[in-house]
Amino acid sequence: MHILAWALQILFVPLLAPLGVGIINKIKAKVQRRQGAGLLQPYRDIRKLLHKDEVISEDASFIFNIAPYIVFGITLIVGASVPLFTSVIHLPSSDLITVVLLLATGTFFLALAGMDTGSSFGGFGSSREMTLSALVEGLFIASILVLVILHRTTNLYLIAGSVHLDYADLIAVALAGVSFFIVLLAETNRFPFDNVDTHLELTMIHEAMLLEYSGKKLALMEWASANKLIIFAAMLVNLYFPVGLASNLQFGTIALAITIFIAKLLVVYVAIAVLESVIAKLRFFRLPGLLFTAFILCLIAIGLVK
Amino acid sequence: MTGMERKIEERVKKLFRGSLAIRQIDAGSDNAVEQELNALTNNFYDISRFGIHFVASPRHADMLMVSGPVTRNMRKALEHAYRATPEPKIVVAVGDDAIDGGIFKGSYGVYDGVSSVIPVDYTIPGDPPSPLVILRSLLEILDKVDDSRTKE
Amino acid sequence: MLASIVSPSGLIILFSIFGIGGIGTTLLRGNNRAQNLWAHIFSITGALWGLIFAASALISNREFYVNGLATSFPFLSLSFHIDKLSSLFIIIICLSVLFCSIYGIGYVKSFYGRYNVGNYGFFYNLFIAAMLAVVTSSNGILFLFAWEIMSLASYFLVVYERHDHKNVKAGYLYLIMTHAATALITLAFILLFNHAHSFDFNTIRASVPSMSMALKNIVFLLAFVGFGTKAGIIPFHIWLPAAHPAAPSHVSALMSGVMIKTGIYMMIRLFLGILLPIPLWWGLTLIIVGSISCVLGVLYALTEHDIKRLLAYHSIENIGIILLGLGGAMVFYSLHLPTLMLLSLAAALFHTWNHATFKSLLFLAAGSVALATGTKNIEKYGGLIKSMPQTAILFLIGAMAISALPPFNGFYSEWLTFQSLIHGVLSGDILVKWVFLGGLVSLALAGGLALACFVKAFGSTFLARPRSVMAKGAKEVSIWMRSGMAGLAVLCLVLGVASAYIIKSLESLGREITASPRAGLITSVSSRQTLQIGHNFGSISAPFITVVAVATPLLVWFVSRYFINRHQKITSSPTWDCGTDITPRMEITSTGFARSLTMIFQPLLRSNLSYDTAPAGSLAPTSIVATVGIVDIYKKYIYGRMYSLINILSIYFKKIQNGNINAYILYILLALIIALAMGI
Repeated sequence: MHILAWALQILFVPLLAPLGVGIINKIKAKVQRRQGAGLLQPYRDIRKLLHKDEVISEDASFIFNIAPYIVFGITLIVGASVPLFTSVIHLPSSDLITVVLLLATGTFFLALAGMDTGSSFGGFGSSREMTLSALVEGLFIASILVLVILHRTTNLYLIAGSVHLDYADLIAVALAGVSFFIVLLAETNRFPFDNVDTHLELTMIHEAMLLEYSGKKLALMEWASANKLIIFAAMLVNLYFPVGLASNLQFGTIALAITIFIAKLLVVYVAIAVLESVIAKLRFFRLPGLLFTAFILCLIAIGLVK
Repeated sequence: MTGMERKIEERVKKLFRGSLAIRQIDAGSDNAVEQELNALTNNFYDISRFGIHFVASPRHADMLMVSGPVTRNMRKALEHAYRATPEPKIVVAVGDDAIDGGIFKGSYGVYDGVSSVIPVDYTIPGDPPSPLVILRSLLEILDKVDDSRTKE
Repeated sequence: MLASIVSPSGLIILFSIFGIGGIGTTLLRGNNRAQNLWAHIFSITGALWGLIFAASALISNREFYVNGLATSFPFLSLSFHIDKLSSLFIIIICLSVLFCSIYGIGYVKSFYGRYNVGNYGFFYNLFIAAMLAVVTSSNGILFLFAWEIMSLASYFLVVYERHDHKNVKAGYLYLIMTHAATALITLAFILLFNHAHSFDFNTIRASVPSMSMALKNIVFLLAFVGFGTKAGIIPFHIWLPAAHPAAPSHVSALMSGVMIKTGIYMMIRLFLGILLPIPLWWGLTLIIVGSISCVLGVLYALTEHDIKRLLAYHSIENIGIILLGLGGAMVFYSLHLPTLMLLSLAAALFHTWNHATFKSLLFLAAGSVALATGTKNIEKYGGLIKSMPQTAILFLIGAMAISALPPFNGFYSEWLTFQSLIHGVLSGDILVKWVFLGGLVSLALAGGLALACFVKAFGSTFLARPRSVMAKGAKEVSIWMRSGMAGLAVLCLVLGVASAYIIKSLESLGREITASPRAGLITSVSSRQTLQIGHNFGSISAPFITVVAVATPLLVWFVSRYFINRHQKITSSPTWDCGTDITPRMEITSTGFARSLTMIFQPLLRSNLSYDTAPAGSLAPTSIVATVGIVDIYKKYIYGRMYSLINILSIYFKKIQNGNINAYILYILLALIIALAMGI
C-alpha cells in the first residue's frame, strides 16, 4: 500500500494534468454553445506530437535542446512535492521556498529557450514572462506566508495536515486564498494574464516562447504547462482548504481522499473555465496593478493573523 | 470531391486522426478562402470537435492549407513555411486559385498554383469551397468520414 | 602540527608570501611573462597557505593573539587576533584570490606591451595582503592603516588601465568616496579611544559597558555609514558601479566579491561583538537599509547594458541581502532570542561566502567575454555560446547561483535568510513584525527581479545571433582563465551540496563572535544531511535536491529519447521568420528586454526617453536616435548639491589666501596667541 501511495503521489500530476486542461476547454466550449473537442483531446495532442519529427533552428544552442527536459522534470519534482491526497508521505523538497525556487528554475530555462533562437516573438515572450514572473514570485511567497505564520511551519505537508481553523483566521485565509488564486492565474498563463489559445503572436506570453519547438520537445513543454496548472490548483485547494486529506495509508482512506481531492480540483478548474469565458484578457501594463491589489490583500491578511 | 495527388501512408493518417494542427498560409489569395476557413472555427461548424485546430507557427503544424495562386512576393515565404514544418506533414491546396491559378491563371505576377512551388498532397476545389465542403474533405483525407456527421 | 601552523609564524609567513610576490615582481623589469608568473604564483601560494592556516585554526579550535609589537608610531601596535570570524573571512578571501589569480595568469597577458605588469603585480599582492590584515588586526590604528592601504592599492588597480579616461574618472570618484568613509570610521575610532583610552579592540570591548548610550549611537551611525560606503549600501553606493567595471576583471571580482565584505566583517565585529549590548533600533535600521539596497540595486541592474556595471549593481543587491541577515541577528539579540540570532548570523555569513564565490565567477566570465569581444556593451554581444561554449556554461552556473536557483549555493543561503526573516515576523511586537515583513517582501521581490535580470544578461550575451562584428570574431579564452572560472563553479556546487554542514558550523561560530557560548542551536542536521530548523519549522536536504534536480531531467531525456519514437528525425532549418529574412537586428535587445520592468517601476527609477532628431534632409530627418536613460537621483539631489555647497564654501574661504605675505604672518601670530591661550 505504501508503494502504491508513493507511485500515485509521483504519477498523479503528469497523468491527470492533460485531463484537467481538457476539462477547461470542454467547459469553455459548452459555455460558447458548441460541442468542442473531447475531454481526452490533450492526450491525443501530446501523443501526436511525440510521434512527429522535429525541425530545429540553426541558431539554437544546447539551451534550446535541454530546456524541455528541465522544465518537465521540474514539474515532476514539484508535483511529487506538494500535498495531493495525503498528508502522510512527503519529500524533503516540500518546503515553501524550495517549491517557489524550483518553479523559478523552470521559468528561467523556458525564458532562455525563448531567447535562444533569436526570433523576435521568443524574445519578447521571454521579456514579458520574466516581467510577470519577477512580480509574481513575491506575491507567491507573500500569499503562502499567511499560512506559514498561522501554522508556524514552512513545510507544505504540515500546513496541509493541520486543521485548526479559528473563525477569526478564516477571513485571513480566505483573503490569502484569493491572492493565491491570482498567483495561480499568473503563473499558469491563464486569463486575465495570458490567453493560451491565441494565435496572435503579439499578444502571446507563454506561447511565444514555444513557437520554435516541435515534436517531442513541444509535447513536453505543453505537458509541463498542464502540470503546472494542476500543481497550483492542488496547492490552492490543499493549503487553503485542507479538508479530506488521508491521514493514513489504508486503501479505503486513500480512495476517499483521492475522490475528495479530484472534486476540489474540479471546483478550481470550473472556476478558471468560467472566468475565461466571462472576462477579457487585461492589457499587459494593467497586470502589475492587479498583482499589487492582490498584494494588498495579502498584507491585510497578514495583519489579521496573530 | 477531393483530388488525390500523393498517397499518404495509413500510418500518418492514423496519427492525425485524433489530433490535427493546421497552419493556414495566404499565398496572395483574395481572402475568399480565408473567410471560409475562419468559419470552420465558429459554433456552427465547430471543427474542434474533430480534434482539429489552427496553429500560429508552422513548427507546430501537421497540415499546411495554402490558398491563393502564389504571387511572386509570397514564393519565398511559402518555401520557408514548408521547410519549417516538421514531417510527417500534409499540404492541401484550397480553392481553385491554389490548384492551378484559378481566375489569375496566366498572369505575370503569379506562379499558377501551389504545386509549382511546393509538393501538394490534396486539393479542395471551389472558389471558394464552402466550409462544409472543406470540412468533409478534411475528414476524407483523414479517412474518418462517417456519413451521418456531415449530412447536408 | 596544527599548533605550529596556527601560530604567529604562520601569520607572518602569510604576509611575507604576498610581500615577496609584490616586491619581487617590480624587480623583474622588462620581462612581462616573468612578472606575470611571479606575481600570480606567489598570490596562489599565499592563498593556499591562507586556506591551510585558517582551516587549521577552525579545525583545531585555536584562537590566538599576536600581541603588540609596539612600534615607534604612537598608539600603533602590530597586534593581530585570529579568531573564528577572522579565520572564516580569511578562507573566503583566499578562495576567491586563489581562483582569480589562476584566471589572472591568462588575463594579464593582454597587458603586455601596453602597461607595466610589474606595477600591477605589486599592487595586486599589496591589495590582498592589506585585506588579510584588515580581517585579522586587533588594534584600531593598525586596522585603519590596513584599511587605507587596501583602498589605495585598489585605487591604483582601478586606474591601472589609464589609457581609458573613464577609468581615471572612476578611480577619482572611488578615492573621494572611500576617503570620506575612512574619515567617518577614523572619527568613530577616535570617539572609542576617548572613552577607552586605547585602540586595542579587547580593551575597547571591556570598556563598553560604561559607555553612554548617546556615544554608542554616534559610533554606530559613523561606523554604519563609513563601513556601509565600503560595502555599497544605497545611497552611498555611487562609486561602486563606476569603479568595479574600471578595474581589470579579476580585480573587479576581488573588489566586488571580497573587498566590500570587509565592511561587513567590521560591522559584525563592532555591532555584534565589541559594542554589545545593542539597542533594538540598530538592527531595525540595518534591515530597512538592507531592504532598500536589495530592491533598488537589482532595479538599477535591470536598466544597465554594460555587463560589468550590471554585475556591480547586483553586488549592491546582495549586500542588501546580507544586511537583512545581519540586521535580523542584531534585532534578535536585542529581543534576547540568542538561538534566532545565531540563525540569522549564519544566514548572513553563508550568504557572504556564497556571494564571494558566485560574484567572482560572474565577473571573471564577464571579463572573458569583454576580452574576447573588446567591448563591455551587452547590446553588441549575442551568439557567444557557439564561439565560447565553456565560458557560457560557467556564466550560466554563476547566473543560476546568483538567482538562488537550486542546486547551487545561492539557493541555500537565500533559503536560510528567508527562514530567519520568517522567524522574525513570528517574534516580537508589531513594529518588529512589520519591519521583518518589509525585509521579507523585498527579498522575494529582489529574487524575482534578479532572475529576470540574469535571463536578460545571459540571453543577450550568449544566445541568438551575434549583433556586431566584434561578437562574430570572438574566440574562447585561454585555459588559465577557464580553469579559474571552473574552480569557482565547482565551488558553487560544493558549497551548495555541503550547505547543511556549513550552516551548522557557522551557527556554532556565531556563538564565539557574540560571546554567547550557552545559546542553543536551532538547526539540526540528520544523518542524511537534511537540515532542519527548529522542530519541524522547515527543512531542506541539499543532497536530495541536487540529485533529484539533476536526475529527473536526465530520466525524462532518457525515456523520451529511447522509448518514445526512436526513429524520429531531427532536421535543422532557419528560425521561423514569417517568411522574411531574419537578421540579428530582429532579436530582442537587452534594453528592450528590461523595458517592461523599467516602465512598471518608473516612479522609482525615473527613466526617461529622449529623442535626438538629426536635421531634416530633403523630405525627412536623416536619423532619429532614441535614448533610454535613468535620472541619477543620487547625483542630482544628494551628491550634486553637496558638491555645489562645498564648491561655494571653498570659493568663499579662498578669500583668506589673498597672496599678501603680511596677512599670512598675521595668521601665524593669531594662531600662536590662540594656542597659548588654550594651553593656560
